[in-house]
Amino acid sequence: MCTVCGCGTDTIEGHHHHDHEHHDELTPVEGLIDAGGGIAGVHVPGLSQDRIVRIERDILSKNNAYAHENRHRFARTGTFVLNLVSSPGSGKTTLLCRTIEALKSHLPIAVIEGDQQTSNDAERIRATGVAAVQVNTGKGCHLDAHMIGHALDGLPLERGGVLFIENVGNLVCPAAFDLGEAHKIVVLSVTEGEDKPAKYPDMFAAADLMLLTKSDLLPYLDFDVGACMAAALRVNPRLQILTVSAKTGENMEAFLAWIEARAARRVRA
Amino acid sequence: MHEMALCEGVVGLVEDEARKQSFTRVKSIVLDIGVLGHVEPEAMLFCFDAVSRNTIAEGARLIIERTEGAGWCLDCGKTVPLKERFGACPECGQHHVQMTSGDELRVRELEVE
Repeated sequence: MCTVCGCGTDTIEGHHHHDHEHHDELTPVEGLIDAGGGIAGVHVPGLSQDRIVRIERDILSKNNAYAHENRHRFARTGTFVLNLVSSPGSGKTTLLCRTIEALKSHLPIAVIEGDQQTSNDAERIRATGVAAVQVNTGKGCHLDAHMIGHALDGLPLERGGVLFIENVGNLVCPAAFDLGEAHKIVVLSVTEGEDKPAKYPDMFAAADLMLLTKSDLLPYLDFDVGACMAAALRVNPRLQILTVSAKTGENMEAFLAWIEARAARRVRA
Repeated sequence: MHEMALCEGVVGLVEDEARKQSFTRVKSIVLDIGVLGHVEPEAMLFCFDAVSRNTIAEGARLIIERTEGAGWCLDCGKTVPLKERFGACPECGQHHVQMTSGDELRVRELEVE
């Protein structure tokens, strides 16, 4: 276990050296809510040894500082980063493989795969011919920005490329952890309940795009697409929605266009 | 269970503060946790014991203050109480409510010596 930052309960495959220089850069990062400078150490009457220290710091501020650092790194390489979130079994990896096959000829692509255990998903991605790093979170239920920072050490980012981060299958926790991505994409399959956005609103509120996957199965299900979209839009009126099938390719063109338009804008900026 | 990671965040903030303010023991930690957030206070208390072991925060009392949910209803033009994060306005029943408080997740203060 790393004694500097406590990382080590998670494992990052292919992470050989343990460069911690970026940690030192974290302290003065802009945007970090740091009330530390103005703290008044107030002495409590009658208890001269005790002090009340006002902190007023967001519990997620450490993660947010790492995310800020990652975002800088992505800006330097002009990398467009998408964080895919969903419950387990929504078809993220299949969708991703199909997306990579379509984009890899004209865009540099890299992938970070998050799972509790195994390298199965990274192997599926590598079979498409693009670089992938697997992060095993161990007992953790989400990827955090610090793990992404380490994963990037072992992942060459070509200028103007797209980095897909496939988060741990979990519709709750990954919503709270900014990784430095441009957008969160929430993936919901039509074999799940259409009320998922109402049941797990944080994730749908945090996302910019919802992909309703496995649409080829709709004829065999009672899934109400309209009700699902209405539930999603209620928690996030700005959410964009696409109904897609990685199997038949339905609407995959629209999803690819969504990515390419934004990636191009990113490079120009 | 992301409460474990959040507790690690709390301990990290306490350790930062200990370095800056040079205290050696923490008697209590006060958190503000909104009722509309994604955090279960019971799980925080449970995880804190495990996460704080062998740190400066070990043995500290974790005090969780809940902040109530509220939002600005665009239709009523006023602040209304919110029971659910994306819930309807209790007065007009519409969903045009922007949350203004209730998702706090903050270390407010420490009692140290």
